[in-house]
Amino acid sequence: MREEELPNTLPRPEGELEGLRRAWAPPKGFRLITAVNNQVIGILYIGAAFLFFILAGILALIMRTQLAMPESELVSQDFYNQIFTVHGTTMMFLFSVPVVEALGVMLLPQMLAARDLPFPRLSAFALWAYVVGGLVFFSTVFYDLAPKGGWFMYPPLTLTEYSPGHNADFWLLGIGFIEISAIAGAIEIIVGTLRTRPPGMTLARMPIFAWAMLIFAAMIMIAFPAVILATMLLEIERAFGWPFFTADKGGDPLLWQHLFWFFGHPEVYIIFLPAAGLVSMMVPAMAQHKLVGYRLIVVALIATGFFSFGLWVHHMFTTGIPSLSLGFFSAASMAVAVPSGIQVFSWIATIASSKQRFRITTPSLFILGFLFIFTVGGVTGVMVALVPVDFQVHDTYFVVAHFHYVLIGGMVFPLFATFYYWIPMASRNMLSERLGRWVFWLMFIGFNVSFFPMHITGLIGMPRRVWTYPSDLGWNTLNMVSTVGAYILAAGVLLFIIDLFLRYRPTMSGGVGNPWNAGTLEWLPGDAYSSRSIPYVTSREPLWDQPNLSRDVEEGRYFLPGAPTGGRETIVTSPVDARPQYIIRMPGAGWSQLVAAIFMAGFFLLLSVKLVVPALISAFIFIIACIVWGWKLDHGPDKGPVDIGAGIILPTYMSGHRSHAWWAMMVLIVVASSLYLAYLFSYLYLWVVSPEVWAPQGSPDLPGIFWPIGTGLLVIAGAAAITVGGRLLPAPGRRRAAFVPVFGLGATCFLAALVAEFWGHWASGLRPTMNAYGAMVYMASFLNLQVIAACTMLAGFSIARYLTGKLDNVRRVNFENAAQFYYYAAAQMLLGLVLLHGFPRVAS
Amino acid sequence: MTRRVKRTVALTLAAASTGCSGEQSALAPTGVEALAIDPLFWTATWVGVLVTLMVVVLVSIALYGPVSWRARLGSDWIVIGGGIVLPIVVLTVLFLYALFIMQANAVRSQEAGDEAVTIVGKRWWWEMTYTTADGEKVLSANELRLPVGRPVRLRLESDNVIHSFWAPQLAGKLDMIPGRTNEVVVEATEAGISRGQCAEYCGGAHALMAFYVVAMPPAEYDAWLAREAEPAQRPKTGQQARGHDVFMQNGCGGCHQVRGTAAQGLIGPDLTHVGSRHSLAAGMLTNDPEAFARWITDNQHIKPENLMPPFRQLSEEELSSLAVYLDSLE
Repeated sequence: MREEELPNTLPRPEGELEGLRRAWAPPKGFRLITAVNNQVIGILYIGAAFLFFILAGILALIMRTQLAMPESELVSQDFYNQIFTVHGTTMMFLFSVPVVEALGVMLLPQMLAARDLPFPRLSAFALWAYVVGGLVFFSTVFYDLAPKGGWFMYPPLTLTEYSPGHNADFWLLGIGFIEISAIAGAIEIIVGTLRTRPPGMTLARMPIFAWAMLIFAAMIMIAFPAVILATMLLEIERAFGWPFFTADKGGDPLLWQHLFWFFGHPEVYIIFLPAAGLVSMMVPAMAQHKLVGYRLIVVALIATGFFSFGLWVHHMFTTGIPSLSLGFFSAASMAVAVPSGIQVFSWIATIASSKQRFRITTPSLFILGFLFIFTVGGVTGVMVALVPVDFQVHDTYFVVAHFHYVLIGGMVFPLFATFYYWIPMASRNMLSERLGRWVFWLMFIGFNVSFFPMHITGLIGMPRRVWTYPSDLGWNTLNMVSTVGAYILAAGVLLFIIDLFLRYRPTMSGGVGNPWNAGTLEWLPGDAYSSRSIPYVTSREPLWDQPNLSRDVEEGRYFLPGAPTGGRETIVTSPVDARPQYIIRMPGAGWSQLVAAIFMAGFFLLLSVKLVVPALISAFIFIIACIVWGWKLDHGPDKGPVDIGAGIILPTYMSGHRSHAWWAMMVLIVVASSLYLAYLFSYLYLWVVSPEVWAPQGSPDLPGIFWPIGTGLLVIAGAAAITVGGRLLPAPGRRRAAFVPVFGLGATCFLAALVAEFWGHWASGLRPTMNAYGAMVYMASFLNLQVIAACTMLAGFSIARYLTGKLDNVRRVNFENAAQFYYYAAAQMLLGLVLLHGFPRVAS
Repeated sequence: MTRRVKRTVALTLAAASTGCSGEQSALAPTGVEALAIDPLFWTATWVGVLVTLMVVVLVSIALYGPVSWRARLGSDWIVIGGGIVLPIVVLTVLFLYALFIMQANAVRSQEAGDEAVTIVGKRWWWEMTYTTADGEKVLSANELRLPVGRPVRLRLESDNVIHSFWAPQLAGKLDMIPGRTNEVVVEATEAGISRGQCAEYCGGAHALMAFYVVAMPPAEYDAWLAREAEPAQRPKTGQQARGHDVFMQNGCGGCHQVRGTAAQGLIGPDLTHVGSRHSLAAGMLTNDPEAFARWITDNQHIKPENLMPPFRQLSEEELSSLAVYLDSLE
């Protein structure tokens, strides 16, 4: 774009910058906890995740100290079993996934030159639920309440019979809200990357990190519901004795393993992909050369996401499954090496293409360390994918070595590179390059000294998850070496913390500029409002290819240089080619999301210790807070269209399928569908394992055919009434008496269908505790109940909005959200009817 | 690499630690399946070493190489060649090799005879049921005896939590899952003792759930099994008789079986021939009277959370008689 063609002219009107500043100023003092600015939330989020990294790391040091010598009695067996469980759980659920989401919250809006993510309060909610819940969960190690079933929590060990006490419940429920947090983050990231890119940034110009985060979020949408279902099933079996996992009653412990690893394997890539995305951002900056093979890397990221769902059984090679499955999953496990190979060679090619020579800075060192460690981890990954080799090394220290090479190499080293690389964006000082080199070498040497010997320890027989070992098996020296290495690694991390204390001074006003001369938008000058104006982007590295971009952006010559509605806003663009569509008006600081987060965490934690009444009170407060939070979000078109520059006039309100709310609801529907598909899989899986308990032979006869037909008709009638309700919405300022009765009728039909489906089975004499079939049948009603409860609240909310004159045929997003979810509920319930009433009839 | 060299490498690795025999090592196979896995493992290892070296060399060239070399490295073709073609070729070869081993193993399993041992994972010990040639079931525990050169089918089960049976010198591991029976065919290739351990975390004393594999010449094995099938020896000395009485009076028979006596419990390990086993408490203690005495009074320290209560109320005399009696059950 030539200078005279820039969207806005100089000088900018007086007060424009002040208006922008005022709109985006985060609250001061203790009220900072009500802030929702992504730069505030991002830093707190990263800080919290890093705290959990340190805490879980300390547990690792305790374990290494215990294992330094054979037959050591430094810690007890029971305590060791608790801390290895908490170490794994914390590292996976409280560190890895949150830190990646945190980086998304921190970096994505900056890379996309958006003023914030599209749902700022949702990020804040995810952060606080995670901080409160995570700290309480972790603190269980201090009072002997920590789970001790391993981070994988296999039943029957985790059933009440073998794990009495609340320990296991802390895992099942305590992890529940972290899953909700992760899904909240995924919604934010998907809508953020697809809808808040700057004009001109087509998908093909999107930074690799944004691609990685998009795929990360998509994977969370599909993977996390499986573990959510699994934890629901296990908690229900523990609390009410529905036998999903009890073999005597037709359940199967392997059902848990399938569901858990359907989540658990993608989880590894959920952690690794964003880290790889970060590396793909840093390597070009250090090389001062664009990324070689950008398109191949995008394909590789997508392929990794895709393949990762076909690998879960490789955690189950030793469970005795048929060799045909073994072959298939072994091949799939090896295939995933290809996309990783593409990325490694792209980085090597980019390093080789460096303008002068590749700059050796602290981030570069961590990236080179990552390349080495990750390659070793990949190589041992191929080894464990070979079924016969896995028969030997599975569940030994060889595997401990392997996945620490993959996770520490593939994720923690890139994370430290990220810290050194991006801290200048958000701090008045850079971190010390001199200390940084010490940090790197201590960590690199410590890591390899600690974990390399474990390959051998495992091969010569040492299993995982043992709190002690005999002295005559040849494991002593290797274990001692590993422990020494662990302390060297810890010294490196400690030095990093010292460096942070000495040099890190957070700021939102642009940090130290662009010290690496990188090409992407997060290095634009900016403030709490992100960049002064939102650039028009013509390449993948705009700062390299568009001269004077920083200056023009800072002077306000690009789009939306002010805050025309007086509040927080950013440009929403079309998902593929990033054409401006409308202005999204976003909420600022507030208490409601904070209260909601604290009481949601409270609900789950109180439920863990079976304090049912306080838990219900907590849930009630949570719902009230959500209503307060949601009440102010739908502004309606009270502010007219605004001019963002270059003669583009954008509306400030949007409903229908262009609206960001519609997109968020679609993501939620995908999550709910994944959950229900995981349920379908579980139902059919248990039928394959134990057809003998299925109706009509092994259980009471199915309800008569009029039951499902009647229920189905109720569902269809409900969906129709809701559609009609939408047509009945009046014009702004008008009333339409029929809306409430018709919409209410729709909602009532769904409630009636829910009851009818339950009652039909109950009247047949089937009970959920009878056998796995009964448990599965009532589980379907339980899942329907969850969806219908949410729908009913959305319906009540819409009716309240209508009654207060805040819902009409223009200002209709609240209604649309409810209707969308009702249509999903209808689909789920109808599918459930076909499954529960049709399948046993056909299968028998 | 020849097998001898590999063996040396393996043993050196193990010996580098303490110079002991590495009697639970996957790198020193003495069973047919473990021997079949060994060359695949080493092939994959060397491929891995080469790939890692290649990456290190390429990164070094990319960093410090002459301009012309770097220019050649910095192209899309390197990404396609190194990232797609190379892994597909190497991985296909490795995968086919692994399939070949799995296939050979499956054929071997099919061709194996009916000789079988049922092993049930308990918390935290192993119940072994042998079958004699004339079909009699023989209950034992915590020690797997095998005839060298004869394939034996292991039926792996659990009636509690999930365990995993792993005797690395014999074969790879296989899980014991409630509601299922998993089968693996093992065949020892040389006489001797090796160790195995539970490989699936089973709570509590998972770390302390081991066993010994004793591979014997077939004739000796058959003789051993015949003896094992017999009822327990009667007490021969006064002290042994006293121990027998202590055993019966203190309710030990509620949990333990000693065939040929009134003790018929099936909750804990069968003790009919406990004195002839290589170890006590699932690989935790050597088998002698002192160990019996320690176990009886101090078992919650030796194996925390195990399901046997400590018997501290026994007098010194009662305890030593009991220990001597149990030791005599050969």
